[in-house]
Amino acid sequence: MDLTSQILQYVLSGITVGAIYAIIALGFSLIYNAVEIVNLAQGEFVMLGAMLAVYVLQAAGVPLFAAVLIAIVVVGGVGALLGLAAIHRLKKSSPLSLIIITIGASIFFKGVAMHLWGKDALPLPAFSSGDAIEVHGAVLVPQSLWIFGITALMLLGVYIFYERTSFGKAMRAVAVNKHGARLVGINVNRMVVWAFAISAALGAVGGIIVAPVTLASYDMGTMLGLKGFCAAILGGLGSGGGAIAGGLILGILENLGAGLISSAYKDAIAFVVMLLILFVRPSGLFGGRSADGR
Amino acid sequence: MDARSQSPRYHFLAFPIVGALLAALPFALHNNYYIGVMVFIGIHTILALGLNLLMGYAGQVSLGHAAFYGIGAYTTAILTTMLKWPPWVGLACAPMVAGLAAYLIGMPTLKLKGHYLAMATLGFGMIVKILFVEYYPLTGGTSGMTGIPPLSLGKLQLVDDRQFYYVVWFFALMLIWVSYNIVESRVGRALRAVHTSEIAAASVGVDIAKYKIQVFVLSGVYSGLAGALYAHYIRFVNPDPFGFMFSIQLVVMVVVGGMASIWGAIAGASAITLLSQVLQRFEDYEVIVFGAILVLVMIYMPQGLTKSIVDLTARRRSAKPSKPEVLP
Amino acid sequence: MLVALVAGIICPAVGALAPYKIGGLFAITGPASPLGTPERDTALLMEKQINATGGINGHPVKLIIYDTKSTETDTVLAAKNLISQGVVAIVGPSQTGESLALLDTASRAGVPVISCAAGVKIVQPVNKWVFKTAQSDVHAVARLVDYMKKKGINKISILSVSNAFGDSGKQQLRIQCGAAKIKILSEETFGDKDTDTTSQITRIRGKRPQAVVCWGTNPGPAIVARNMKQLGLKIPLLMSHGIANHKFIELAGDSANGVIFPAGRLIVVNDIPASDPQKKALLAYANAFKKQYKRDPDTFGGHAWDAIQLVKEALAKVGPDKAKIRSFIENKKNYVGIGGIFNFTPQDHNGLGKNAFVLVTIQNGKWRLTK
Repeated sequence: MDLTSQILQYVLSGITVGAIYAIIALGFSLIYNAVEIVNLAQGEFVMLGAMLAVYVLQAAGVPLFAAVLIAIVVVGGVGALLGLAAIHRLKKSSPLSLIIITIGASIFFKGVAMHLWGKDALPLPAFSSGDAIEVHGAVLVPQSLWIFGITALMLLGVYIFYERTSFGKAMRAVAVNKHGARLVGINVNRMVVWAFAISAALGAVGGIIVAPVTLASYDMGTMLGLKGFCAAILGGLGSGGGAIAGGLILGILENLGAGLISSAYKDAIAFVVMLLILFVRPSGLFGGRSADGR
Repeated sequence: MDARSQSPRYHFLAFPIVGALLAALPFALHNNYYIGVMVFIGIHTILALGLNLLMGYAGQVSLGHAAFYGIGAYTTAILTTMLKWPPWVGLACAPMVAGLAAYLIGMPTLKLKGHYLAMATLGFGMIVKILFVEYYPLTGGTSGMTGIPPLSLGKLQLVDDRQFYYVVWFFALMLIWVSYNIVESRVGRALRAVHTSEIAAASVGVDIAKYKIQVFVLSGVYSGLAGALYAHYIRFVNPDPFGFMFSIQLVVMVVVGGMASIWGAIAGASAITLLSQVLQRFEDYEVIVFGAILVLVMIYMPQGLTKSIVDLTARRRSAKPSKPEVLP
Repeated sequence: MLVALVAGIICPAVGALAPYKIGGLFAITGPASPLGTPERDTALLMEKQINATGGINGHPVKLIIYDTKSTETDTVLAAKNLISQGVVAIVGPSQTGESLALLDTASRAGVPVISCAAGVKIVQPVNKWVFKTAQSDVHAVARLVDYMKKKGINKISILSVSNAFGDSGKQQLRIQCGAAKIKILSEETFGDKDTDTTSQITRIRGKRPQAVVCWGTNPGPAIVARNMKQLGLKIPLLMSHGIANHKFIELAGDSANGVIFPAGRLIVVNDIPASDPQKKALLAYANAFKKQYKRDPDTFGGHAWDAIQLVKEALAKVGPDKAKIRSFIENKKNYVGIGGIFNFTPQDHNGLGKNAFVLVTIQNGKWRLTK
């Protein structure tokens, strides 16, 4: 296998994981836009989606797509509940204590999942069978195509939602100016709950499409969530396009680094690159406004 | 409320009382396990103090503070096992190395704001932990380093839990005192100004960058000392205790205890350390219970334990709602 | 009815004497929980079994089990808690790091600790008070190296998990492959939470080894097996005893077939000839575990079984004296257990040899003894 096809392989693998990071990063951005807090339970939505899909598939014996749908809806509901808890204290609490609430929630979700579904990893069948596709000596599994396709669909859906529907526009208004949004009669609290629900559902989708490749386990969420957070920051927190770019860049760099330099420093490379980018562009690659934490 | 809890007289009274209580405690506890828990509360208090200065007074969140803790632990481990330096020298070098690391990482990162700063510190923490794992010749990799010598006073080796308890709390109380003096000094006022509004602080001539880096280094020094104490207590170090989850736990300690409150650091460190011990009996459920408690505490006491309790007692005493907080 | 009556007669008799307290430290939560949970279950099963059969010399056994949460700090605190409650010995912890963190506490308090973790550092250099029942990777690697030599494999790539287990395996592979003139073309690692190893395998493919040796515990190795199949790398995949539970086959699916790894005899108990001295002990444990929990036991639980069995024999012989229990175990010979036949000496606190392992091949989703 020559170097070019090796590099192609790293890039393809990178895009596959990068797409997942992008979906998670998008979830971060959605909530950040609505309430300006970082939801550190985002990774657990990914885990819950994957685990629920496996569980529903095995326990209820329904077809795969039905299991997937049920999982997405349930996780969306869980997200809405977390949103309710957050807005409950939104005005009285500092952003930091809200972040701690999301940390508590993430520990809680992880504990519940461990209890319900055990401590071992679980497999989810691939969406379609078939052999790996060969591209110039590099290999692509069919599930990767599903991941690319579904990620693209999700991104398009979010775009249309924000740009073309009045509901989405209202949500954007909340992001830009809460007070103003309230004045024109938008129910800000409802919007916040919806933002949580949508971002949870997005996370669930990410978990479900990646589970056939990576397996599902109760503790898969933390690292995926962190990488998603990393991607969101890289692209510029609150920017949809930035989330996608950040995810893909992170995924590709990680795999190139692991392949060409050293797999031992795989994660280190990702974080070093992120630090360097932050030092050069302190608000991320596509962060337009200065995203101050407060 | 805030002003009173920080007033000099309040501390003047509290300090000897807390000191005397801590000195007497081992005589009341006949169980080495409880002493061991107290040792860890002491170590966590030192960590929380440093992070509290950074978060509460300078308003900078760090999600990678476990790295400084680890750097401290590994520094003394390497110096005392490989170079055979005396443990006290290792203990003295650890905070310096951790402080230097904080300076080097702080210079570029502290220019970042809010979540970007948090993310940068998180990345730094991850990188440091990977270095602990991968730099095998120096750190022993994931299997860690054994054979770290105990601290000693003259001929007396401090291997007993009780002896170590006094060592740890001596340092903890000393740092509480130091922190208190910093907070009450010009630097402290400048820090609070930075926290309240950076622009306003800058406009009255506060050199923000300088104060921020000073506090960052200081909190690195605290964490390094805590790490060295850990290393000489357990006498074994490996990378696991210095990962992301512990960084998060430290932030939780600070916020639960109450930010911008010296005593909040003790309260938070004690609450989180004790909670995880008390929850032992729940076995598989302990994670769930811990998460639920964390969420509930933050929903009902968003200001943290110390302030909420001070609030509550103030309300009882005056039978009137406490005055709304007025910022200076 | 009769059973209840007999039990009713025995129980008060058992309760009459002071119970023997044994401590258990297992990673019930946290990353090592797939190891700690079967160990805990086995320990509970044995406590029940011992007490149902009249205890040890009439003394009932009381197991006090604490969760180490897979962290060193909690392990040390829990151990202090156990010691202050007067346990005669501590069984566990589940991981190498946790066990090493206990060395100092154990020797200072003078409590025998019988670790269930694999790392060789736990017993080398020997700590007077610390033993372990899990087979060392030294012997696992020795088995694999024998196999590779037999098959004429002399160029390999190593893929190991970046934790103490993977590290220790990698060190041993370097030493023993060097001695056996097997060339290591490349060394790759993956994180224990990694979800994708295609970049590592692509790198390995570029090096053209004759076989891949993957050293890790679930779920990483299952991902490796899947990725290797996906990338069409059709060379022998050799693994470690870290995959010796059903989970690996379940997770890796088809890709598991053909994987060869060294393991204790427990998982291939049906293939083991009746003449094997371990057969009886293996069946006793497997059947008891299956009866209680309605699932097959795994090697990790077997480590706890051996550890508690050793403490039980010591208690029966020398009573609840920690120093005597320690020297009983140190001098124990020919203990036929789950992990192998143990022969402890003051220099060897593991007491196992290369023959503790057999080579197992996965065929059609089943474990078979490699012929």
